[in-house]
Amino acid sequence: MGDPREPCDLPAHEIAARLASGEGSAGQVVESSLARIEAVDGRVRSFLAVTAEQARQRAAEVDRRRVAGETLSAVAGIPLALKDVLATRGIPTTCGSQILRGYVPPYDCTAWARLQAAGSVLVGKTNCDEFAMGSSTENSSFHPTHNPWDLDAVPGGSSGGSAAAVASGQAVWALGTDTGGSVRQPAALCGVVGMKPTYGLVSRYGLIAFASSLDHVGTFTRTVRDAATLLSAIGGHDPRDATSLPGPPPDLAATLEEGVRGLRIGVLEEGFGEGVEPGVRDRIGEAVDRLAALGAEIGEATLPHAGYTLSAYYLIAPAEASSNLARYDGVRYGHRADDPRDVVDMMTRTRGEGFGDEVKRRIMIGTYALSAGYYDAYYGQAQKVRTLIIRDYEEAFGSFDLLLSPTSPTTAFRLGERTDDPMAMYLSDVFTIPANLAGVPAISVPCGVDERGLPVGLQLTGKVLDEATVLRAAHAFEQDLGWTTRPPLLEAAAG
Amino acid sequence: MASNDAHETVIGLECHVELSTATKMFCGCPNEFGAPPNTHVCEVCLGHPGSLPVPNRKAVEYAIRIGLALGCEIAPRSLFHRKNYFYPDMPKNYQISQYDLPLCVGGHLDVEVDGRTRRIGITRVHLEEDTGKTVHPGTTGRIAEAEYALEDYNRAGVPLVEIVSEPDVRSAEEARAYLTELRATLLALGVSDVRMEEGSLRCDANVSVRSRGAAELGTKVEIKNMNSIRSVERALLFEEERQRRALAEGTPLVQETRHWDEDAGRTLPLRSKEYAFDYRYFPEPDIPPLEPDPAWIEEIRASLPELPAERRARFAEAFDLPPAQVRVLAGSTEWADFFEEAVRLGADPRAAANWMTQDLAGLLNQHRVELSGSKVTPAHLADLVRLVGEGTISSAGGKAALEEAFAKGASVEQIVEERGLRQVSDVAALGAIVDEVLAENPGPAEQFRSGKEGVIGFLVGQVMRRSGGAANPKLAQDLLRERLLTGG
Ligand SMILES: [Zn+2]
Repeated sequence: MGDPREPCDLPAHEIAARLASGEGSAGQVVESSLARIEAVDGRVRSFLAVTAEQARQRAAEVDRRRVAGETLSAVAGIPLALKDVLATRGIPTTCGSQILRGYVPPYDCTAWARLQAAGSVLVGKTNCDEFAMGSSTENSSFHPTHNPWDLDAVPGGSSGGSAAAVASGQAVWALGTDTGGSVRQPAALCGVVGMKPTYGLVSRYGLIAFASSLDHVGTFTRTVRDAATLLSAIGGHDPRDATSLPGPPPDLAATLEEGVRGLRIGVLEEGFGEGVEPGVRDRIGEAVDRLAALGAEIGEATLPHAGYTLSAYYLIAPAEASSNLARYDGVRYGHRADDPRDVVDMMTRTRGEGFGDEVKRRIMIGTYALSAGYYDAYYGQAQKVRTLIIRDYEEAFGSFDLLLSPTSPTTAFRLGERTDDPMAMYLSDVFTIPANLAGVPAISVPCGVDERGLPVGLQLTGKVLDEATVLRAAHAFEQDLGWTTRPPLLEAAAG
Repeated sequence: MASNDAHETVIGLECHVELSTATKMFCGCPNEFGAPPNTHVCEVCLGHPGSLPVPNRKAVEYAIRIGLALGCEIAPRSLFHRKNYFYPDMPKNYQISQYDLPLCVGGHLDVEVDGRTRRIGITRVHLEEDTGKTVHPGTTGRIAEAEYALEDYNRAGVPLVEIVSEPDVRSAEEARAYLTELRATLLALGVSDVRMEEGSLRCDANVSVRSRGAAELGTKVEIKNMNSIRSVERALLFEEERQRRALAEGTPLVQETRHWDEDAGRTLPLRSKEYAFDYRYFPEPDIPPLEPDPAWIEEIRASLPELPAERRARFAEAFDLPPAQVRVLAGSTEWADFFEEAVRLGADPRAAANWMTQDLAGLLNQHRVELSGSKVTPAHLADLVRLVGEGTISSAGGKAALEEAFAKGASVEQIVEERGLRQVSDVAALGAIVDEVLAENPGPAEQFRSGKEGVIGFLVGQVMRRSGGAANPKLAQDLLRERLLTGG
């Protein structure tokens, strides 16, 4: 039996090379992706909407340009999925919530607008926890998503649909959003590369806000090289986002091959503490050895205030969310309660009917944290912790170029296992949240599987705007590991 | 209100001013009054999910202009906050405003009341966004009574500055003077059209009455819904009187918000529930702190126009005009520029001032147009003043020429020629008319000769009539007297 891989299973850079050399067409690639969706998404349930017709048209357009001899961009013709919190003009965008069921944005988010202009082919909008609040995608008000490595397990969250889609070949790459780990944790649990850049590197325009100061657009790819390519395509200053950093899109692929020799990597001691599964601990330990063997200088590092990050995060994020989600009131768009008595009744019932439990829980926590008399004790205090964590990073980066930890303390857990235990769910993000509070770039790269055959993710965190070093180390590790294991779902389909 | 009694009134004013920037505060939509509903809207000002606000640099510049003109310090770092409350005219259900770190702090505005200058402190000037407008068809305007409501979001996101005064205002009259001066200052700065009736200047007042000289403020009442400077004055007079009477009667006052009812001429309490908000202010995470470049601030300072107070001082000094005329002429850039241009073109300042404040002001008032909307130019005024001064036309002829210029815009010289307004000052020509008049009126001529001097007026009138108003009346009288007394 030859290579069981379809075009949609290839990394983007290989597809781009094939298109450039005339070996196959964008049409074939998109058909392979759509066929995969047809074959597996009944079980994985990554998508809330599949945009097959638009995808075919866009692929045909790419092929026309290719045949006419135009040089294609690195993203042209590559099947892409977008998390359903990214606004897409003319395509329903729901945030996994009933309150936005049927909502069709009148504009495109900047990340997609840039990809679209470069010939990217959107195959669909992916499932997520409602308003990105969750770590398992079980808070989607539409349906859960299943992990391609074990259909009884969660894909992680909140961008679980995007992670599962890339892991199962339904899309070659995808965008998600990462507010507390919502790209890196599902990437780890689904065995793909997940990258969250520096806050402000990628415009948040059209990213439907959960917690504005923590929200990032991030990437799901099969390889680190693809992460560099995709990030370069969506990054750079955007005049529509006042928090967007100045400067043109970075060229992150340029330094990818420089290796890790001489890089100082600090291993976070917190990453081996209580609650970290042995399978995770073992793979991370091996990863440290591998990096050392590749010439990195390994040392021990710590973020002394890491113990307070969950508490700070679960005040700041809900506080911002309580305000960001106030606009869903039934007046202008989205769900509106039937036959309201008056405007207060309309807003109250619209929100009561439209939001799920986890969203309501966070709105209430956030409203409380911002209330007169409580602001200083909660929101104010949490902001101080945030400052301390930023200082922790500055301190650590005085000695190290990168910090290393597991992405998640566990591999994929069972569907339903943590739905009644918010604290257990929140602990999934204990290693990913600090990078959101500090706005520093971090990647999750696969580092093997645990004893149950479920993927483990290695997290590397870098200095502000030092994506290049993060990607370069992750790439060196990935190349050396040479991990090519595929989810059993695909092996079964191929076999 | 008597000011020599045991109580004094303490007033603080909060003014909201819509800035006349080309675009809205946080998006690129046109900032324009009067467009059809919901035509100046986009995903940002409609609060669509995922849209983000980007501050309008021009609006920041305008707010800095206002701050500098009011002698404020421009904060090196200020913040936008979110003010959270649910209201259907507010697309995001929070208003982006400034809270504990405003853009401009600590200025003042000098106002004149009864010829005395009072300095009113300015606490702060900050930037925020306006809300949309709710219309309740077919009701008295209260949401609770409406079948449905309509929202127009054209105004949502229009840049506003809020200008908060210290509680330094001591009477309704001072409040009027403050608002008049503020309005003139804002007009001179070119940052707003400041039309209260269109809502581009809105004002709330905090009023309390306390024992004269007491350090503590009395129970504070906030008054809303005053739509003109006149209604602010009326509302304050009413409220001052109400509070003084309550104090005199020993009735306790409650801290509350009251609504000015223009038709009824009184303030009424709002149901306190409607305003019992906890706004849950927190720093707007979508907008980085405002840190205006000091060089930019100095550039703005250097570009400030002459302000009304400065101009009044200069006019009084340079043109030797009475205070009332100075107030009118220096009160707006439009009038001041018009006047100064006429003077530059050679008009005598006092005469020009008289023509402007009397005849021209009367015409504008009568036809309900602004100076800028009329056809009269400074050149018209200068010609008019010169021709009347030279005696080429009479002042009655001057009035006629001004009316004609007002209506048609033709040059004064042309009007004088076309309408034959030139005074007949030719002794021979006028002498002939005088002779005719005397010949036709032997009776009055006889009366004059017999000592009834008063009848000369009648005879001058006859000469004027016969000449079609063109006779120089002074010359006509001289000729009449000469002929009558010499018995010719
Ligand atoms: Zn707009």
